[in-house]
Parts: sequence; C-alpha cells; structure tokens
Amino acid sequence: MKKKILIAAVVVILMSFAAYAALLIAPTESKMGPIQRIFYLHAPAGMVSLLCFFVCFVGNFAYTLKRESKWDCLGVSAAEVGVAFCTVNIITGPIWAHPVWGIWWTWDWRLTLTFVLWLLYISYLLLRTLVEDPDRRALVSAIYGIFAFLDVPLVYGSIRWWRTQHPQPVIMGGSGSGLEPTMAKVFWFWFFNLVILMVFLVRERYRLEAMRGEVQLIEREAEAA
Amino acid sequence: MALLSKAAVLLGKELRTEFRSRELLTTTVVFILTIVVLFSFTFDPSVSESRRFGPGLLWLAFLFAASLMLQPCFLREQTNDTLGALRLSVSDPFAIFLAKLAANTLFLLFTQVLLLPVFSILYNVPVLAAFPQLVLVMFMGSLGLSVTGTALSAISAQARMRELLLPLLLLPLLTPVLIASTEATAALLIPNPAMRWDWLGFLLGFDVVFLTALWLFGEYLLEE
Repeated sequence: MKKKILIAAVVVILMSFAAYAALLIAPTESKMGPIQRIFYLHAPAGMVSLLCFFVCFVGNFAYTLKRESKWDCLGVSAAEVGVAFCTVNIITGPIWAHPVWGIWWTWDWRLTLTFVLWLLYISYLLLRTLVEDPDRRALVSAIYGIFAFLDVPLVYGSIRWWRTQHPQPVIMGGSGSGLEPTMAKVFWFWFFNLVILMVFLVRERYRLEAMRGEVQLIEREAEAA
Repeated sequence: MALLSKAAVLLGKELRTEFRSRELLTTTVVFILTIVVLFSFTFDPSVSESRRFGPGLLWLAFLFAASLMLQPCFLREQTNDTLGALRLSVSDPFAIFLAKLAANTLFLLFTQVLLLPVFSILYNVPVLAAFPQLVLVMFMGSLGLSVTGTALSAISAQARMRELLLPLLLLPLLTPVLIASTEATAALLIPNPAMRWDWLGFLLGFDVVFLTALWLFGEYLLEE
C-alpha cells in the first residue's frame, strides 16, 4: 500500500512538472501559437497507446499458449489503459486541428488508423463483458486480441496506400522531424512520463483484475458448497 | 490431403443444409437489395455519381450482409450440439473451419454475382465489360470476409448479445478488405476498366494472414 502511494506521488510530481514544461519551458511555436503545446500530450499519448496494444498482444498470445490467468489479466489491463490513452489522443487531436487546419477532423491516414484501432480495442473490451465463464472469456478474447493485432499492419497498409492515391488534405509537414531542441526535450520528457504513468496504471488494473478473479472463484466455490 | 477430403465432406454437408431451406441465401439477397434501393433514396445519385459511390455502396452492403449471414454459422450447430459430433468425427478441427469458410465464401460469391446485374441496371453502371475480373475481385473479397467472419462467428457464438456482437467485432477488422475490394471494384467500373493487381495482391495477403491465424488458433475456439 505504501509503495503504491509512493509511486502515485512520483507520477503526480512528474506529471505536474511535465505540464509546467509544456506550458512554460517549451518555446511558443511561431506559426501555430500556444495551441501547439497540446502536441506534448497528444503525440506521446498515441505512441503509448500503441505500446499498450503491443503489451496486450503479448498477454493474449501467452494466454493462448500457457492458459495462466495472469496473462489474461495483463491483456485486459493493457487494452484498457491503451484505449484510455488512445481516447486522449483522439480528443486532443481535433482540439489542435480546429484552429490550425480550420476543421475538426479529416480522413487523413493517421487519424483514420487511430480511429480504427480505437474501435478494434473497444470491441475487444466489449467482448469481454459479454462472456460469462472466466476461462472461456479469457480464451476467446485472447484470440480476438491476436486477430485484432494482426489486423493493425494490414489496416495501416491499406489506409496508407489508399490515402496516398487521393488528394491530400492540408497537413503540416512531418511533426517529429523538425523539432526545435527544447521542444524535443519536452516532447521526450512527456513520452517518458506517460510510459511511467502507463506502467503504473497497468499494474494497478492488473491487480484489480487478479482480485476480481479471486473473488469470482470464491463466489463459485461458496455456491457449489 | 486427408484434411482437404474431410473438409470437402463437411462442405457437402454445409451446402446440403443450406440448399434444403435456402433461408440464408434468400434473406441475404433481399437484405442487400433493400440496402441498394434505400441508397438511391438517400443520395439520389446521377450516373457519374453512381460510378463514384457504387463500388463503396456495394461493398458496404456485402459487409453488412456478411455480418448477418455469418451469424448462424456456428449458432445452428449449438441447437442440437452438433458441433460436439462434428468435433468427434474429424481429427483436425481446422477441417470444420475450412468447410464452413468455403461454404460462406460460396454463399457470398453467389449473392454477389446474382446482385451485380441488378445493381448495374438500377444504377446505370455497366458491369459486363469486366465481368470475369469483377468476379475474381468478389471472390478474393468474399474469402477475406469469410475467413475472419467464420472465426469471429465461432467467438461470438459463445457470448451474450451475439447478434449485435458479431458485426461489432467483424466490421472494424474488415477495414483492409473494404478498402482493397472497393478500390479494385472501382477500377473495373470506369469506362476503361483496368485490373488493379496491387489491390488484389493485398487481398490475397489479407486472406493468407488470417487463414494462417485460423489454422494456428482456430482449434482453441472449438474446445469444450
């Protein structure tokens, strides 16, 4: 318990400093103005969500082979945290895009891909709520998770390929490539922070899931007795 | 080879079951027809607009129809627990999947080929110029729909609210098939039709990836 509070405190302190860095340390972008600062949350959140989905895939794959409930717990924890980060990414995107592009949303390949990914993992979480038996639930959702993860490169390939053949909407040049040094430092600091936050959240969610499993087991034993 | 011959026997069983009642095919055909008609009310497209939107409309209709048509695939094996009997009768559970997905591909392809001329007449889009190529695209697309759809139908059959769940699981997964099939079909419906082999290759890639995944993980879905 103490350890948990300690980690949480460290996360809070780091995140506060990250907010300070994004709002005050990083220089104001010359063309876009202050709105560009949302990028420090927006882009790393998207990257961390991809990391989560990869962890989810590892959990799913290990579960199908080993059938140990810990892998199932890892899968669902990572998927939930990943969906949360992905949601942050999808919400902060339009807030930035509206003043800069003049539109809330465009079907650019990156936006489309993120949206499809979000839908895939929402479906994964939904599937889990609709299967009663814990072992069944773990197995079918693990296999769906594997299918979803295999689909990611295909979705990426198809959207990328399809979009490059169509007229491109007005997009600013490569975002990560031409960063000013201080901006880059703040950006990577944010990424590093969000990874820590992700590990913390996945750990806590994992514990909750493991506890839930135990409670269900005890309930079933009590019913049988 | 043993796998294929067993799958062929099971495919015969799937086809016989369907052609005795013809429930699946009739409902799917009527469903797609309804969507095609409703589309004309909402967009009222001109000939050039039909060319532009037609392929997308067709594939969306096929996608929705497939997500409904694939529902009973494993569900009807549950009524009398015939899935248990099927599992006992073949040593390799992949044969069951193979038979079911082959049947689903055939059913889908059948409805598509049947509805293509109707679509052509209703929307003034000539399809005869590139009919064999269109059938090839439809076949590859249907295979992609069936491979993933059959696997997910085995998943959703084990859940509550399965009627709603299958489209929800299936449709986002099928994004690549929708894009590739629509693009390939669109290139065949223009005045100078051309076969888009790149998109066809992409569809082939999708089919191979998920067929392999089904071969590796499918048997777990049929466990008791």
